[in-house]
Amino acid sequence: MSYLKLNGIDKRFGNVAAVSGLNLEVAPGECVAMLGPSGCGKTTTLRMVAGFEDIDGGEIVAGEKLLSSKVQNYYLPPEKRDFGMVFQAFAVWPHLSVFENIAFPLRIRKLSGDEIKRRVDEALRYTNLAKFADSRPDDLSGGGKQRIALARALAIRPKVMLLDEPLSSLDPHFREEMRFEIKDIQRRLGFSILYVTHDQSEAMALSDRILVMKKGVVQQVGTPRDVYYRPANRFVFSFIGLSSFLRVRFASGGLYVDELPLPLSAVEAAPDELVGAGDGVLAVRPSDVDFVDEGGLRGVVRRRSYLGEIVDYQIAVGSQMLRVQKTRHETGPQVGETCGLTFAMANWYPLSDIAEA
Amino acid sequence: MTGTLRFGTPQILFGLAVAILVVFVAVPVLLIFFNALWVDGAFNLADTIKVLSEPETYRALINSLILASGVTVTGTIVGTFFAWLVTRTDLPYKGAMKVLFLVPFMLPSFIGALAWKMLLSPRSGYINRFFMETLGFPDAIFNIYSYHGIILVETMYLFPFVFIQVCGALERMDPTLEESARISGADLFTITRKITIPLVMPSILSGALLIMLYSMAHFGTVAMLGIEAGIYNIPTLIYERIHQSAGSFASIRTATVLSTVLVFTAALIIWAQNKILSGGRYQIIAGKSFRPTEIRLRGLRTPLLLFCIAYIGFTIVLPTVTIFLVGGLNTYGLPISPENMTFDNYYHILFEWDLTRDAIWNSIGLGFASALITMFAGVIISYVIVKMKVRGKGILEFLGMLPFSVPGSVIALGVILAWSGKYGVNIYNTIWIILVAYIARYMAFALKANSAALEQVHNSLVEAARASGATMWQALRDIVIPLVRPGMVAAFFLIFLPALRELTVSVLLYGPTTRTIGVAIYTLNEDGETVYAAAMSGVALIIIVTAEVVVKRFFKVKQ
Repeated sequence: MSYLKLNGIDKRFGNVAAVSGLNLEVAPGECVAMLGPSGCGKTTTLRMVAGFEDIDGGEIVAGEKLLSSKVQNYYLPPEKRDFGMVFQAFAVWPHLSVFENIAFPLRIRKLSGDEIKRRVDEALRYTNLAKFADSRPDDLSGGGKQRIALARALAIRPKVMLLDEPLSSLDPHFREEMRFEIKDIQRRLGFSILYVTHDQSEAMALSDRILVMKKGVVQQVGTPRDVYYRPANRFVFSFIGLSSFLRVRFASGGLYVDELPLPLSAVEAAPDELVGAGDGVLAVRPSDVDFVDEGGLRGVVRRRSYLGEIVDYQIAVGSQMLRVQKTRHETGPQVGETCGLTFAMANWYPLSDIAEA
Repeated sequence: MTGTLRFGTPQILFGLAVAILVVFVAVPVLLIFFNALWVDGAFNLADTIKVLSEPETYRALINSLILASGVTVTGTIVGTFFAWLVTRTDLPYKGAMKVLFLVPFMLPSFIGALAWKMLLSPRSGYINRFFMETLGFPDAIFNIYSYHGIILVETMYLFPFVFIQVCGALERMDPTLEESARISGADLFTITRKITIPLVMPSILSGALLIMLYSMAHFGTVAMLGIEAGIYNIPTLIYERIHQSAGSFASIRTATVLSTVLVFTAALIIWAQNKILSGGRYQIIAGKSFRPTEIRLRGLRTPLLLFCIAYIGFTIVLPTVTIFLVGGLNTYGLPISPENMTFDNYYHILFEWDLTRDAIWNSIGLGFASALITMFAGVIISYVIVKMKVRGKGILEFLGMLPFSVPGSVIALGVILAWSGKYGVNIYNTIWIILVAYIARYMAFALKANSAALEQVHNSLVEAARASGATMWQALRDIVIPLVRPGMVAAFFLIFLPALRELTVSVLLYGPTTRTIGVAIYTLNEDGETVYAAAMSGVALIIIVTAEVVVKRFFKVKQ
């Protein structure tokens, strides 16, 4: 059962395809994060849902209501869509009090004075702003302003909230606090969230599903676990979390990194089509590499950096470099020492699958 | 403290800065206050009030107020409307329109007033005559010699003050402020009324106060159009008093009292403007920005475009064309047709007539000299104010603010009081008195441009030079001056360009051979030489517009 549906959305700016063939369904109460580097089309997608941009293909539907349709040349203006939206730059109106900011959408809807008071008070309580009702927005900090924006979006009790990088203008510690507050309010009120961010940890913490985009094309849609453990391609692998890559050659005698043999084990088994092609890329998370004294892929420690919680290694494997991270409790090799490497977890991608993140 | 008196570069700079401001600005203004408020060496406010309550003085005060209020209201409405149109709607050719709406800033308003006189004076104006002679109207359709006429013409030249401010605010405004209102359910009309206009209100008010400031102290238009109908404002009455009864005690006194009123009004307006800009300024500047949603004009798109074109045609093209055509007539009053046209007027003005040739060279020379001197003085003074920590800087800051609030006619009057031989130096009737007045008049521009440039130069840059072994003077020469050079160049042109078309100051100070371009046009018109006045105006327009365009080009290349 999905509420918000985006079917085959296209968007062009001049000759540049900003979004191509995007499909997404958001269920009631679900939080979906759109994640990607800047310019990937995630914000444009959100603005098409909000109605600030028209679409060059496909259609957008909310419940039974058609919002945008290229075929029918139909376009419902943003003010008729009944969404709540929070912008990156707060966008609270400095000439209105906190109360009036939140009351604005309700006054537009011509609700009674009592109802407005009741709803604004409720929104103020949800966002812990109750004692600031009569303040001017400029008297509040960045976090406070973003709470006003959130309260204003909540006031109309929307079925869908559109959040455009709502936390990236905040100080780091506020960011984490607000993250959990948004999640908490959503759990209590049960609206859906479509969330734009370039911060993967934010996307992981908040959302039920993550949509990863690159250059206007959806790379993968899945749960945070899926996206982290089963990245659909090399781009997603490198965009989410730390990553390290080795070029591997498949010869009749086995697998080689440059001229060094790569002993196989179950998790490292390469797909047949790559073996057929003769080469491929082994993608690993630095924390998934283990040191062994005997056997394994042989490498030499070039650099060893103590980062507090973890120790970060740069290992030369033939002419290539591999990054390894171990917790401070494990004793690893020293600089200049030769060591063996095994992989607890690894993914294979074709060599042609170039990552650009 | 060792007790030795240190005397180095900082003290020299400070002394120089104070000396410049005292001699050129403070003394003339103080002399005006002194003459206005002291009688026979004794403070006498009662007499000042008596002067103010004389019917003519009182009338001039009221007129200044009426005209300034009228122009402020119409100019603000026109400026805000056009600014909204070119920044927030899908009006075609918005970019070109925006540039065209700024053209009136370049053109001297007294030349515009002259053109409108030729078009709409009740008996001989071409438009009025067309309606009366060709269409058979019994009376002139519009009399430009009236309050309405003056307000109309001033509005055409002053509305860009509001236009620029509001355009800037609307362009810099964070579009999500409006988008969040849309997503809240408000339509574009509601957003404009409840969000956009309130947010740019400080810019609207600040522009409006600038219009008021200029209109209050404005000489040219009122002199060209008001005197005929007996409408005097403060600057024109000062001019009239000084000129008609040169040197008499009573007339000087009236003029100084009026000047005092003008200075205090100007100071009040500037104070209010600073208050609005600093106090009520909202943080509405955009971070990342998408284009703001354009309001679709739909059916109104073409009519509004035609309206803009008509406005520009009516207020810029028509007066300019009129000036050039009338300047080419054999005799004023003849119909504009080929057999009545000649280039002789232009030839006479440029190559034969000393009066006009002198005027052109005087204006260019005065503009160049005053710009150069004021530019260097401005650097020194701004440096002391912005960068140095010396005792007595407060006085300097106050003195530095003074030029901002002293209108041209007041400067001219003060310079007459100070430099007419009473205090040992008599340069009255020479070109030097105009130069002295220009330096005082344009000091504010130089201070503004140079302070802005100096604030960009971080103290640590000078400190690094000092730490590397440079003396204060070397640091100034090798580090500060090269870094503020763009500000100095800007200051030069900010002074040179308006000095070319100056009228208010020079009209009070000119002598037989020291007319400026503005004065030449004004006196030719006064003497009934309308055709020559128009031809001279045409020449002036070419010089001014060429200078403006060359400077704009030059700056663009530099960036």
